[in-house]
Amino acid sequence: MSTTTTKIDNRAEVLDAARAALTPEIVAFIEECTADEHVHSHLIRVLHKVQGHYGYLSAEQMDAVAQLLQVPTSRVTGVATFYHFFRLEPRGKYMLSVCLGTACYVKGAERIADKLQEELGIHFGETTKDKLFSLEATRCLGTCGLAPVVMIEDKVYGGMEPDQVPALIGKYAKMAQEEKKA
Amino acid sequence: MSEQQMVNMTIDGVNVNVAKGTTIMEAAERTLGIKIPRLCYHPKLSLQGSCRVCIVDVKGAPGYLTACSAQCTEGMEVQTNSPAIRQARRDIVELLLDNHPRACLTCERDANCELQNLAYSLGVRHRIFDGERKRFPIENSSVSVVRDAEKCILCGRCVRVCAEVQGVENLSQQSHGFKTFVAPAHNANMDESVCIQCGQCTAACPTAAFVEKSYAASVWKALADPAKHVVVHTAPAIRATVGEGFGMEPGTPAAGKMVTALRRLGFDKVFDTNFTADLTIIEEATEFLGRFAKGERLPLLTSCSPGWVNFMERFYPELIPNASSCRSPMSMMSSLIKTYYAEKAGIDPKDIFVVSVMPCTAKKFESRRPELCMPDGTPETDAVITTRELIYMIKSYGINMAELDDGDFDTPMGESTGAADIFGTTGGVLEAALRMAVEVINGAPPAQMEFIEVRAVDGLRVRELKVNDELTLRVGISNGLHNAKTLLDKVVKGEEEFHIIEIMACPGGCIGGGGQPYPPAGYTILDPKLLAKRASALYSIDAHKKLRSSNHNPAIQAIYADYLGEAGGEKAHHLLHTHYAPRLPRGIR
Repeated sequence: MSTTTTKIDNRAEVLDAARAALTPEIVAFIEECTADEHVHSHLIRVLHKVQGHYGYLSAEQMDAVAQLLQVPTSRVTGVATFYHFFRLEPRGKYMLSVCLGTACYVKGAERIADKLQEELGIHFGETTKDKLFSLEATRCLGTCGLAPVVMIEDKVYGGMEPDQVPALIGKYAKMAQEEKKA
Repeated sequence: MSEQQMVNMTIDGVNVNVAKGTTIMEAAERTLGIKIPRLCYHPKLSLQGSCRVCIVDVKGAPGYLTACSAQCTEGMEVQTNSPAIRQARRDIVELLLDNHPRACLTCERDANCELQNLAYSLGVRHRIFDGERKRFPIENSSVSVVRDAEKCILCGRCVRVCAEVQGVENLSQQSHGFKTFVAPAHNANMDESVCIQCGQCTAACPTAAFVEKSYAASVWKALADPAKHVVVHTAPAIRATVGEGFGMEPGTPAAGKMVTALRRLGFDKVFDTNFTADLTIIEEATEFLGRFAKGERLPLLTSCSPGWVNFMERFYPELIPNASSCRSPMSMMSSLIKTYYAEKAGIDPKDIFVVSVMPCTAKKFESRRPELCMPDGTPETDAVITTRELIYMIKSYGINMAELDDGDFDTPMGESTGAADIFGTTGGVLEAALRMAVEVINGAPPAQMEFIEVRAVDGLRVRELKVNDELTLRVGISNGLHNAKTLLDKVVKGEEEFHIIEIMACPGGCIGGGGQPYPPAGYTILDPKLLAKRASALYSIDAHKKLRSSNHNPAIQAIYADYLGEAGGEKAHHLLHTHYAPRLPRGIR
């Protein structure tokens, strides 16, 4: 970011840059929120909306939200880093969620988690270099009968064993490759 | 007041009678003189109640209550001390220590740390718990403030002072749980965030999670270098506070002893930033009178406070044309030392090392502004040290400043009028400017040198001052930038008109600067009692001076005649004025 702007009063310039960092739909949504006297209470809704569209919250987008909502940026990033739900890094094409709820845990979810981290070469909360996979731990997915489970996007894989992990990852990698070719 | 409802209760078995709404902490202190231990609580900041150190036992309550937030009620029975409470408080502090570096011996705030003092007074003599400790790198890439998140105990005082007193809100708790830390947005450093470098976080911090970036080592090095001609100059506010570091009563003027101490440290010349405070007044009053005659760019906004200048560039850039183009007294002085003085003394400016002693961390940032550097890019002010760093240096040399005889500043740049002394307190710059402006407008000095109307340490004042039958000046004075916002918003919206607004970033002005001594026992930062004492030191120096209006300073008259030419003229403009530009990120106001 440059350290100076061209005009002495840079308000319009800064707001234009903020609008350009988000989609027109999100900007309209934020403008609706600013009509409310309690603007600050809309911050989480707005961040949801931004993440819903982009899959994560970039620094540029958080700065834009701060300017458009007129909420201090330190508070925007404070909220974004407080809640587990918000992602600050772009997510991979496929989201892998390992259930670490009680039932899955006693059925060996930790071994599945270890194997996934080893195979993908990333930790929880990270994304593979090829941007294909993101890995996260979740709490109970409500499918305890299938424990231990791994969820990829919205598909659930039950009764997982560590040695099934490479094949499962391979299947999605291949899918992505074919999609790319097509 | 007579209608106020009172409640009867007992504290440690003693019957007391307090106004309804009083907290247990206030009641214990006011009625029985018991100071309940505390960390996150500060009387001038909003309640947080997060450290739990102030817990007390209230009969019938489901658990211990925090005395800072629990209000007194009729019939309440409070126990502030018992073996069980002392144990519980000790446990809380031991857990804080468990997650804190074991580095007291090498810590900046050793012997001056609230956590250390608390651990001592609660009787923590062993480290019982030993678990995982949070790990963060030290952030020391900014020019003014160092952030060491490992030393942070998450009391939130810095967050609150930054938001509530300064209106900046650059700091916030980031992340969650064990990994929580306090930082600007995006974990940026202070220079790249909306930080204004005022250093109030360093004053508010009970530990060393925020400290000023020290330049003492570079000063020691220059002093030891025979090839360097080392010149020091000290801001108006230093003489009002430096004595506190040597056990002198707050409010004791200590200019003479300080000068002697600086000579002992080995400085070749000891000049007084007061000299250029007088010069600032000449230039700024001339600037004001010029604008006033043309009726343009009013109100004039003062620009001596570098925290405020940073704030203006980030939060109110549209007001830049209103700011006085005068450099601060520090930057005028350093510029003159490396031009006028160098020429007169026959010394190559490259061999001169200029040290300024400032009450302020933002001055460190100011000294590194490219527009305030020599043509070769080196800073005019080579090192800025705070009052705290000066106290450290004097003590480190083995000098007890309190025992020294008085010395005099070197001439010619050590002579000043009383108008310069009061620069260090809120309202002082305005009063100094008025003394001269009134004389220029009316053709005779003001009948009364003291402009009592503008004196006070409260944060926000609007006054109408009658100059003569035709002219009344409307002036605004603010300290603590949260207060400045109130005035500036009115100016921006065109709701109110002013001739001059004096803005100082720190509470009370420079006497409450972010680089001033940690408050002595019995006081806290932002404490109006402490600020008033420090201000009274400056007013008493002023009252005892023969010359009290900057335009009567003979040394100033001589420098204009010898060197600068006309006030507001070309040479003066080149050496004594500056310019400002909007900075990003833009602050949210």
